[in-house]
Amino acid sequence: MTTPARYWREKPQRYRLEANKCKKCGKVFFPPRLVCDDCGGRGFTAVRLPEEGTIATWTVVHTGHPAFTDEQPYGLAIVEFKDGARVLMQIADYHGEGLKIGQKVQVKFRKIQAAGESGVLCYGYKAALCSE
Amino acid sequence: MRDVAILGIGVTKFGELWDKSLRDLFVEASLAAMDDAKVTKLDMIYAGCMTGGLFNGQEHIGSLMADYLGTGPIPALRVESACASGGSALASAVIAVASGYYDVVLAGGVEKMTDVSGGKATEALGAAADADYELFLGATFPSLYAMMAVAHMHAYGTTRKALTEVSVKNHFHGSKNPKAQYPFEITPEAVLASPMVSEPLHLLDCSPITDGAAAVIVVPLEKVKKDKRAVRITGFGRSTDTIALHQRKDMASIGAVARAAEAAYKMAGKTPKDIHLAEVHDCFTIAEIMSYEALGFCPKGKGGEFVLSGATRLGGRIPVNTSGGLKAKGHPVGATGIAQVCEITSQLRGEAGQRQVKGARTGLTSNMGGSGASAVVHILEVNK
Repeated sequence: MTTPARYWREKPQRYRLEANKCKKCGKVFFPPRLVCDDCGGRGFTAVRLPEEGTIATWTVVHTGHPAFTDEQPYGLAIVEFKDGARVLMQIADYHGEGLKIGQKVQVKFRKIQAAGESGVLCYGYKAALCSE
Repeated sequence: MRDVAILGIGVTKFGELWDKSLRDLFVEASLAAMDDAKVTKLDMIYAGCMTGGLFNGQEHIGSLMADYLGTGPIPALRVESACASGGSALASAVIAVASGYYDVVLAGGVEKMTDVSGGKATEALGAAADADYELFLGATFPSLYAMMAVAHMHAYGTTRKALTEVSVKNHFHGSKNPKAQYPFEITPEAVLASPMVSEPLHLLDCSPITDGAAAVIVVPLEKVKKDKRAVRITGFGRSTDTIALHQRKDMASIGAVARAAEAAYKMAGKTPKDIHLAEVHDCFTIAEIMSYEALGFCPKGKGGEFVLSGATRLGGRIPVNTSGGLKAKGHPVGATGIAQVCEITSQLRGEAGQRQVKGARTGLTSNMGGSGASAVVHILEVNK
């Protein structure tokens, strides 16, 4: 359930892909973390995720979350970025194309859902398939 | 630490039980377990329940159940670890008895899932994933396991046929369990003809929405040494993993189950070869295949071939999910981990009827939560 305060709090990630990078070992976290799960480091620098990545795994959802019923079937992928971070996102403008592991995608800014009873419009990231 | 044993078990019918409430289910299973163990007094209750809040608007499950079980004002706690809540309740009870603090502890599990619509149930179950970075973006549990299936098929060449066989096998086993939600066989054609939920998973790759409860009575082994119906818990292990699937190093395996199993095998002094039968967490068909690998029943990547070989069918080398598994028996999420232990206990007592595994002396249960973000493994043995 997304409330206005929660949505506001998550804007840096949803709008700008703001991540952080461990100063000790270099691991990139999205969303940002307070402690590194690899080396225990607590010092971080702010970074932005790249806007291009590849599909690490995928599915096409035919029966989904009630908030997305109108969009079924929709593509869903876990996108891997060059810096090692992985992010789950919907495929933008999905029209039944075949999805493949290793396929290149570009991150786009899109409407995600009208959330909760108040219908707050929530925006964020989706993955557009790159034509090659 | 003391050795511990299970003295009594109780399981309700699983299914869409319109006439039974959350508390009715828990009390029915608990009374059956207490009668089976011939105990009337408890020192404590651990009640596994994933989300009474979202399914029934009811929290404070421990006190509710102690109240309605009529065992007096004893301590009672609800234990939550998503779909591993039941197994986690048992692990808590084992520690409480092993420590010497309590002598008679009830570990139960319950979920009353059919009071809400399918959409609300999808949302409630989804709360076991990462709400902000999975659910918000349109992920559901079938879709997360579907992405694990795609990764597994890509990495190891696992086939659609193997997924289908898990479902067909578990329904074959479930046809011999009168308490199962779906006590009938299905054909491979029916699996493929069932509606697509999230590619490549069809409806008949998925465990259902179920009402049900299960309970066991945990006591110190020293008090039941001569009781042949008591079953020893000789090992257990627990582990966690990242809450979101996409944060895992390997999305084609369930590391939490492997780590929990390693701890349980070590504690029991057993290896996978010593296990005669197992109940594993087949919330989706791919989960059973990945469980075989994580538990060491077959090499990594060979889970698909393993199920197709017939090794995990009744009569095979290591029958898995003789109860029908989550797929056919049903999956009342908080009850599942305890129901698995009840099945193995019945088998080790030689009381499993038509689905009895001959000569079963050592069994294993593997219960996991979320997309594998928590896992609990127990090893059970006959009382010598």
